[in-house]
Amino acid sequence: MSTITAEARLASRTRVRTRSAGRLRRYLGHAGTAVLSLTLVVWSLLPIYNMVLISLEPEGDVFTDHIWPRVPSVESFWGVLTQGHWYLEHFWRQFANSLYIGAMVTFFALLFGSLTSFAIGRMRIRHGWLVSNAALLTYVIPASFLAIPFYRIMQNYGLADNPWSVIAALVAFATPYAIFVFQEYGRSIPIEVDESARIDGASPPQIYLRIYLPLMAPALVAVGTYALLLAWNEYLYQFLLLSSKSSMTVPVALAQFLSSDQSPWNYMMATAIIYAAPPVAIYYAFRRRMAAGLTMGGVKG
Amino acid sequence: MSSTPQVLAAASGVLRRTRRPPWRRPLHGSEHAWAIAFVAPYAAVFVAFVVYPVAYGLWMASDLSLYRELIADPLYARTLVNTVLYVGFGVNVKLFLALLLSGFFMRRRWWIRALLPIYILPWALPAIPAFVSFHWMLIGEEGLVDSLLSALFGITGPLWLNDHWLALGSNIVAYVWKWMPFWTLTFFAARTAIPQEIYEAAAVDGAGVCRRFVHVVFPLLGNLYLVCTLLSTVWTIGDFTTVYLVSEGAPSYSTDVLATLGIHYAFDAARPALGVAAALSALPVLIPAVLLLMRVLHTREVQL
Repeated sequence: MSTITAEARLASRTRVRTRSAGRLRRYLGHAGTAVLSLTLVVWSLLPIYNMVLISLEPEGDVFTDHIWPRVPSVESFWGVLTQGHWYLEHFWRQFANSLYIGAMVTFFALLFGSLTSFAIGRMRIRHGWLVSNAALLTYVIPASFLAIPFYRIMQNYGLADNPWSVIAALVAFATPYAIFVFQEYGRSIPIEVDESARIDGASPPQIYLRIYLPLMAPALVAVGTYALLLAWNEYLYQFLLLSSKSSMTVPVALAQFLSSDQSPWNYMMATAIIYAAPPVAIYYAFRRRMAAGLTMGGVKG
Repeated sequence: MSSTPQVLAAASGVLRRTRRPPWRRPLHGSEHAWAIAFVAPYAAVFVAFVVYPVAYGLWMASDLSLYRELIADPLYARTLVNTVLYVGFGVNVKLFLALLLSGFFMRRRWWIRALLPIYILPWALPAIPAFVSFHWMLIGEEGLVDSLLSALFGITGPLWLNDHWLALGSNIVAYVWKWMPFWTLTFFAARTAIPQEIYEAAAVDGAGVCRRFVHVVFPLLGNLYLVCTLLSTVWTIGDFTTVYLVSEGAPSYSTDVLATLGIHYAFDAARPALGVAAALSALPVLIPAVLLLMRVLHTREVQL
């Protein structure tokens, strides 16, 4: 009798102890998660906070060491938008250049990519896999290693200081990805759709325009976003190939600030923020679709 | 190119030939002509802007005396060491942390869900503004990092970009900061594809977090991890922007990597052929990596 109660008491005590140990472990787990989350927030936001901090400084006050703006002022943003500083006298022109290059790269990457993937994946042209593999090789050649010969070639073609030289380079580097994603996505569209159109007498361009493109719309959006962001993010080719103030793009102008000793840093950071805003907005708007594109190739493969 | 990692991905699909014959009859006459016309624009771009520059570069750097000159240059030897350290630490630290963090983001708590959009901000931000900000953060006493150190802990921080090791480390940190979110998302996507029952079965059998990672997650993601490592290595060897903007090769070219050294030779020293030769000297590493990558992609299609 007494042994049973003793055992029961012992058991309940251990249960209490394990329960409190479990609770302790859960608290520690929560604390760990909280610390990790906080670290990640600080880690991710610190350089961005730095941009905001400097851009809010009034001119001339940049060299004092403080960690929040004493007298926040949006003067620098206004200065950029009105081209109010001699460093920024071509800002809108350069912004338009960036936009133009981005739009053209997107358009041609989508056009060439979809045409090629249609011929390879749907019409199944002979030796089509050769084209796919050649495109795959473009991925693994580091673009920076081609920059010097590319610069020479553009001078031979007479395209020095011309936005089309940058567009050509970026289309060459963006189209392979377009081809891959379109081919992957195209597999989900039954080939019978094409075949019945073909039996009804549709020609290949009609099938491409009326059937293939509309069905590929989600992939077109994903790849278009990718190509636009690629062009917006690219620096090396724009830096090498565009030299005059009126043909250069915003990132080239931004990096030029860096090489001068007495640059107006607050204007520079304001320019950086204005330039970074559109891709961030686009990115968050299309995040789910881009992630879908990512999974499409990455995991199914 | 270094700014295109989204790309990872679809690469795998390519090598697989289509299983189902799309147009069942062979193409004939006008259809064949159309198919060729559809491929022609990309083929022209590929020849004019990929094949021609590659051939031109090989021709520029075909003079063997260039390589003798490189080996004799102490700057070149230093650059090789920097490149190995930058790529080795950058890629491995980034991918390993990304793999661990992808597990963290799998948890179903609201604040972890809310954290994800903040965490991927570095990836969404264009590289140039981000690295310009890094440069200014590290510039010295006026930089935010040293200001924070003195305000919070009363420490006088170092001049980060004036010391070879600190500047190299700064480049690596900036690189990890920019690209880790992308790879985290990749691993996250791969993890969501693992059936939940496998985790649950392992948990029921008493496997803790660590053992689940070693025995469940890693075997399932190992192949993807290898592909990511190879792909990321190839891209990082060609990475120009990070080093050029964060440390600017400072102090005095001592943190240059092959990609920036090539540009320095070509445009600051007006020796384009030497610049191409410096870049091409990475080929003995690049080519095996590419071949291995293609092999892994081939086997992956069987396994997954």
